[in-house]
Amino acid sequence: MATVIAPPKSLTVADLKGKVDPDWCPGCGDFGVLAAVEKALVELQIPNHNVVTISGIGCSSNFPGYINTYGMHTLHGRALAVATGLKLANHELTVLVTGGDGDGFGIGGNHFVHTMRRNVDLLYIVMDNQIYGLTTGQTSPTSRIGMKTKSMPFGNIEAPINPISLALAAGATFIARGFSGEQKHLTQLVKQGIQHKGFSFLDVFSPCVTYNHDNTYQWFRPRLKKLEDDLTYDSADWMAAMGKSLLWGEEIPIGKFFERTDVPTLHGAEPVLNTGPLVHSDVQIPPDVARSFIAELM
Amino acid sequence: MRQTFAIGIGGAAGQGVATPGDIFAKILSRRGLHLNAYNAYQSIIRGGHTFLTIRTGPEKVTNMGDRLDLVIPLNQDAMDRHLGLLTDGAACIYNAETITPGAAAEGVALCPLPVSKLADITRNKVAQNTLAVGAGLSMMGIGFQALEEVLAEQFKKKGDTVVSENVGIARAGFDYASANFRPFAWPLPMTGNRYAVLSGNTAMAMGGAAAGVKFYCAYPMSPSTGVLHWMAAHARRANIMVRQVEDEIGVVNMAIGAAHAGVRSMCATSGGGFALMSEGLGMSAMMETPVVVIDCQRAGPSTGVPTKTEQGDLWQMLGAAFGDYPRVLAAPLDIGDCFKIIPEIFNIADRFQCPGIVLCDLLLSEGRLSVDPKDLDFNPVIDRGELITTATSASSTHGNGGYKRYKITESGTSPRAVPGVPGYTHTAATDEHEEDGVLISDEFTNPTKRRAMMEKRMRKVGGIEASVPPPALVGPRDAEVTLIGWGSTKGVIEEACEILTEQGISANHLQIRWLVPLHGEAILEILKDSRHTFIVENNYSGQFARYLRSETSYVPDGYIRKYDGEPFMPHHIVEAVKEQLGGKSNLSVPAHEILV
Repeated sequence: MATVIAPPKSLTVADLKGKVDPDWCPGCGDFGVLAAVEKALVELQIPNHNVVTISGIGCSSNFPGYINTYGMHTLHGRALAVATGLKLANHELTVLVTGGDGDGFGIGGNHFVHTMRRNVDLLYIVMDNQIYGLTTGQTSPTSRIGMKTKSMPFGNIEAPINPISLALAAGATFIARGFSGEQKHLTQLVKQGIQHKGFSFLDVFSPCVTYNHDNTYQWFRPRLKKLEDDLTYDSADWMAAMGKSLLWGEEIPIGKFFERTDVPTLHGAEPVLNTGPLVHSDVQIPPDVARSFIAELM
Repeated sequence: MRQTFAIGIGGAAGQGVATPGDIFAKILSRRGLHLNAYNAYQSIIRGGHTFLTIRTGPEKVTNMGDRLDLVIPLNQDAMDRHLGLLTDGAACIYNAETITPGAAAEGVALCPLPVSKLADITRNKVAQNTLAVGAGLSMMGIGFQALEEVLAEQFKKKGDTVVSENVGIARAGFDYASANFRPFAWPLPMTGNRYAVLSGNTAMAMGGAAAGVKFYCAYPMSPSTGVLHWMAAHARRANIMVRQVEDEIGVVNMAIGAAHAGVRSMCATSGGGFALMSEGLGMSAMMETPVVVIDCQRAGPSTGVPTKTEQGDLWQMLGAAFGDYPRVLAAPLDIGDCFKIIPEIFNIADRFQCPGIVLCDLLLSEGRLSVDPKDLDFNPVIDRGELITTATSASSTHGNGGYKRYKITESGTSPRAVPGVPGYTHTAATDEHEEDGVLISDEFTNPTKRRAMMEKRMRKVGGIEASVPPPALVGPRDAEVTLIGWGSTKGVIEEACEILTEQGISANHLQIRWLVPLHGEAILEILKDSRHTFIVENNYSGQFARYLRSETSYVPDGYIRKYDGEPFMPHHIVEAVKEQLGGKSNLSVPAHEILV
């Protein structure tokens, strides 16, 4: 008997609403990131069951609970490692990794560097607020020198990480920076990051309105300059990107710093995956192959 | 008593101890003989001292034994370390031009080879090794053809000239020994059986392939690296994704990520790497995503002695990760079991959606054993548990139809949907969560729900226990002595029981394979009839004895322990039992006589 299957209805922002509302502080930059991700997924019409949102631990890492996709809320700093395993087991899934600067550049710094050099095909969004929020306001790896926090009450004396330069050096193939106060711009960066085949890194200034009184919306707005507005800027030029990444102060660039498309993704480079995702492959080893394994030992 | 023959080859790392060992192993297994090989080595690439023991015989050879019949020292140091331990009937073949024998016991045959007269040593630097192999096989009563065949295979890739050169050297050693040295009293028999010879690491890797592992990742760490090597070499034929990761934290998290996508996923390490994985095990338990981790124990603590064996990680396994959660912990009993245990533990981990730990050690990981190829079953029972991998007809919308990933059930397990299936979207979290995955850790803390989720997960423990058999006593129930061990000591304890029985002290044996769940009541039931009980283990503090006591209040009559990095030999256990039956002590720590 023929079954009539209704055409799938298109994905809307309402479909992506999570089971609970975010518990972020009113005004938190992370709301803007969540909205941009929802809009990007709707614009790209990626079925939500084919999306996995994976985070570590921290305020921003609560993200997977607020969006209706498959989600994993993993350990502090480990989201990229988990995401790599998941992507290699089923490379047909769209993988989004979300987290904060402490999670990604502090405790997770090792995985950050290695996931970039492997060119794992996923989008990594860091909601960078330059502070530890969930632990109530300590210095983070992107806190500026001199910033006073509960853990460094007389001012930070350690130089911050430059996530964009680090990503360029580690071999990320798509590198961008957004601002959660610039919705349309951010949405476009999320879309590009999802569409890029390879590791996409999107560092988002996402102000912490409770604990970071230095890097506020008001502080950022006059400083941010969109790279897209500079028609001479070539995002395929790695050296130019490195130069732009070092700008900080009166002018801080946002937008796409760098993209290259000539590097194979990790899953694309592995012949084991040529016949399709592992999750759909036969569990059993063919008998002739099994026999050859034993014959090697005789 | 089993009839066996043991060969020891000693020298510096880089002197070529492995090749003669491989040649002997191949020839012996092709004669239908069983064998057990153990290489005592050091963490050095060139130099130092390594000593390979190969013990063979027509019946199963479960351990390195007490006696060496033939020793081939490749340098003076090896001669000095081992000659003194040889006894009546043994022989020592050595290069007469570079090595001076010391005093040998009566009945020990010294067999000097005039190496430069028998081979052109300017052309072939390992000529002494090949000559010695030829001479040894002649004395063991094995025809030259067997050696010729193996040499042809061994050097095939290097071309006919190299093959014929080596065959010629081996022939010279063989003929020289036939003319000048007395053959061994017991010529090695032949049987019609054929065995596979493999290490525990190879066995666990193959067991993983048989279990349907599709994702394997690791960071190199002795003595577990052999699992990675087998996996990497066979990945494409077995259709397994194999990755080398930046550290063991990355390893366990990557493995869990792959498992979460729906494949069977495994990783292996040693104690130090396992320590880094600890938090990840808790994640596996909390997200209810099964993963299997192998720990190949080496002598600790800290970096410890990387090339030496120990059973010192038990309490690390019992305490790995904070909080209470269901786990499965099993210790393979021999190298064949290293293969079998992997599909078994995967079935339990999958059914109960929890982490499974295989607690191996260097003795099995890097030792080699002859195994009947029929025991390497690539068609084992595979039970993936309640796994949702396809959509139902009603699930084509973007919603999730009220699916509860962590539905509270009587068994404690809940049907697990994998990402990509329409209609089952949910978030798996390491935070405490309710049935639908929503966190109850931050905004919605709730003591009632928290209690219900703890109890749901912990209810799995009962199911796991029912799925795992209790241990069984081997030997006469009314024996005078009961030896209790766990994991890799099975072979040596078995032989110690035989020797004790021959010497008039009847002995039986209880070996523990499943450590969690332990089946404490069944163990107590077995031990209540025992007359003198001894717990034998390869660690300082009696980790298993303390665990058994904590679970059952059981206290044995005595303890036999060893923590010098080397495995037990049968006589260590036999002598310790006699010493303790004599009432001298209730703790024996046998000294390892061989200096390796």
